[in-house]
Amino acid sequence: MIRLRWSLWLVVALALAIFVLFFVQLSRPKEEFVRSALIGQPLPAFALEPAAESRPGLSSADLADGQPRLLNVFASWCVPCAAEAPQLAALEQQGAQIVAVAIRDRPEDVAAFLEAFGNPFTRIGADPISEVQLALGSSGVPETFVIDGQGIIRYQHIGDIADRDVPVLLEQLREAGG
Amino acid sequence: MIAEFGLAALWLAAALSALQLLAGVLALMRPEQAAVTAGRRGHAPSVADPPETGPGPLVRPAAVLQAALCATAFAALLVLFARTDLSVSLVADNSHVAKPMLYKLTGTWGNHEGSMLLWVTVMALAGGLIAAVERRLPERTMLATLAAQAFVALGFYAFLLFSSNPFTRLSPAPPQGMGLNPLLQDVGLALHPPTLYAGYVGLSVAFSFAVGALVTRQVTPEFAKVMRPWVLGAWVFLTLGITAGSYWAYYELGWGGWWFWDPVENASLMPWLAATALLHSASVLAARDALRAWTIMLGVLAFSMSMLGTFLVRSGILTSVHAFAVDPQRGTFILALLLIYIGGALVLFALRAGTVSEGERFAPLSREGALVVNNVALSAILGIVLLGTLYPLLTEAFGVRVSVGPPYFNPVGAIFFLPMLVVLAVGPLLRWRGDSFKRVSRPVIMVAAVGLGVLLLVWLLTGIALLPLLGMALAAMVGVGSFLPLRGRSLLRLPLPVWGMVIAHFGVAVALFGMAADSAFQTERLVASRVGETIRVGPFAVELAAVSPTAGANWTAITADLQVRYDGGAPRSMAPQSRSFWAPQQEVSEVALLTRWNGQLYAVIGGEAPSEAAGETMGQSGTSRWQLRLWWKPFVTFIWYGGLLIALGGTLSLVGRVSEDLRRRTRRGLIAGRRAEALA
Repeated sequence: MIRLRWSLWLVVALALAIFVLFFVQLSRPKEEFVRSALIGQPLPAFALEPAAESRPGLSSADLADGQPRLLNVFASWCVPCAAEAPQLAALEQQGAQIVAVAIRDRPEDVAAFLEAFGNPFTRIGADPISEVQLALGSSGVPETFVIDGQGIIRYQHIGDIADRDVPVLLEQLREAGG
Repeated sequence: MIAEFGLAALWLAAALSALQLLAGVLALMRPEQAAVTAGRRGHAPSVADPPETGPGPLVRPAAVLQAALCATAFAALLVLFARTDLSVSLVADNSHVAKPMLYKLTGTWGNHEGSMLLWVTVMALAGGLIAAVERRLPERTMLATLAAQAFVALGFYAFLLFSSNPFTRLSPAPPQGMGLNPLLQDVGLALHPPTLYAGYVGLSVAFSFAVGALVTRQVTPEFAKVMRPWVLGAWVFLTLGITAGSYWAYYELGWGGWWFWDPVENASLMPWLAATALLHSASVLAARDALRAWTIMLGVLAFSMSMLGTFLVRSGILTSVHAFAVDPQRGTFILALLLIYIGGALVLFALRAGTVSEGERFAPLSREGALVVNNVALSAILGIVLLGTLYPLLTEAFGVRVSVGPPYFNPVGAIFFLPMLVVLAVGPLLRWRGDSFKRVSRPVIMVAAVGLGVLLLVWLLTGIALLPLLGMALAAMVGVGSFLPLRGRSLLRLPLPVWGMVIAHFGVAVALFGMAADSAFQTERLVASRVGETIRVGPFAVELAAVSPTAGANWTAITADLQVRYDGGAPRSMAPQSRSFWAPQQEVSEVALLTRWNGQLYAVIGGEAPSEAAGETMGQSGTSRWQLRLWWKPFVTFIWYGGLLIALGGTLSLVGRVSEDLRRRTRRGLIAGRRAEALA
């Protein structure tokens, strides 16, 4: 009987621990976005086929040549991706080199999208099953990463880029370069 | 007026539950009448309790009146929703003048405040019912039980009145209302929450009985017999609620799956697992006076899981497709209630469990032994589901975000689920107290042979993955094993509870077969199709005959006309829809289902696919392509047929138990009557 009671108090203690956990989590603000766990880590190795005829494909080696870049994760079927086109164009005009990964897309659709909304990208890789997207720790489209010249992920922007985000991304890009 | 009337009824009900608690506690604090209890232990109770004085006699009427008042408050809210009284803020936020009447009514519980009122109403009704009819237990245990019931209810009344008042007025009243989530405009929703709540809250009775028995230290077979119909009833409702919820998610969400291990689904599964274990351990206690402390523990656990589920759903602490009231303050309130009730009951249990003696012993190979295996396995699965549900929360506390899904739940749960099914197939054949292997060897070998035969046959013919393969074999074993208790018995004179057991166990086999077949053999096609094209999926040829615009009361839609031939047979029509609701604005897929005896074809139409040539005019028929998603799901319907069979088994068992009790009461009434005649 003594042993039984001992284990019973253990159950009570466990229940208390769960309550404490609940309380701690309730009193914390809820984070809406899923941040990548790979910030500060090197890019996973990948080599993607071109997503459209007009640009070459993208591999992790292309991002480790000493030049810091923006890596834009987009899709032709994604409405916010079209909404951020002017901001991407502004970033390109101010000297940012932008490469992209097209998620679950078709070459003809990507071509139509670039035709309609402009093409600020130097390279576009096709990621038909979200493999690279998931490896980057990206949970949706659009997202934009800052990759330094050594292929290390420095910064992640989730959602479409608004006007106020343009200087932030440029600053991050400068930091990654120096 | 009606809102104020409802609020007044709710306050009065809360006051009565306070009175019920107070009177119960005061009555329990009076010294026990020694003569009454001395003759009681383990014996059938006498009918007439000695007339009591003091606060005791107040308890039962208070419980009944409280139930009536709470039901009145709920009825008032129903009337407000039926009339779309937009001066009540809950109605304004969740209803709309243009909504069909049925969905106006179901809107009553399609929101946080209304569903919590439903919660409390079901709880009050259950408490009122035991107060009105239950006379088998010693009066002190009943007082403790009703006081416990009032104590739990009081907390939830406080929650409603102080932080979730459904009757708050809004001034000025808006002209239309904010609408209702279109996903929730569905007949399935009309039934799903009330059913699930009846189950959740019905378990509160088991909880109160367990607390009552702990307070008076009277854990007897009679106690198990009194508690059992309540557990059975709650369990039937939970089974139906989970089955209906699973089917609702299947056809309404348009993802083609029937179980997602979503935290809210788990929240309904965990009480069901605990209740299933409780049902079986209560049988042992009722028949053999064993597993006393364990049964009490499960009684506490089952309702604790219901409350935990309510907390997880209502606090928004976990991310889920079921987003209800995301309000940390409300979450903290429910958490405090949880701490008081679950913590309190566990402490009481830890203090008292030692004084509840162990009960009768039994051999490992016996009916009790098999039921212990069932209990251990169900508890282990419960632990696994609980861990998987809370794990993301735990890692988040340390800054790591993970999500736990089928790759954890399916194989880890199977470790206990599959062996449990083996025991399920043969356990009912064993005798109580102790059995010999020799006596049951023939049916056991037969069941094992069936399992092995199906295993080999399916493996050789189809070569499907391990889990579905084991599922098929076990479904066959359980299916055959479930009917073996009928061997050599007169089917006409077989008691209803035995029929119930046989049918419920057979239902497990049927559901398991459906799950295994669906996961092993389903085929899926996702295409962008032009009108006139034919798509093949499984044995079907599906022709997209036309796409046309449609309008409903509060939505517009595109509807696809699909002509479907099974294996070259006559064509049948299917009409999946993609609806756009305008209040609030939302896109919803209306799935089209074609049900055959051997499965379902599941069709979803998405929007118009992006056209190949840029600049093409949208909506031009002939050139535009439509996103179509088609699944052929062999025997998927068996999952829900199985669920219904399980519920039917529970219902038969419940009817059997209750009518048995009624018969005994009339008999006892007759004897008492004759005695009175003789005395006269």
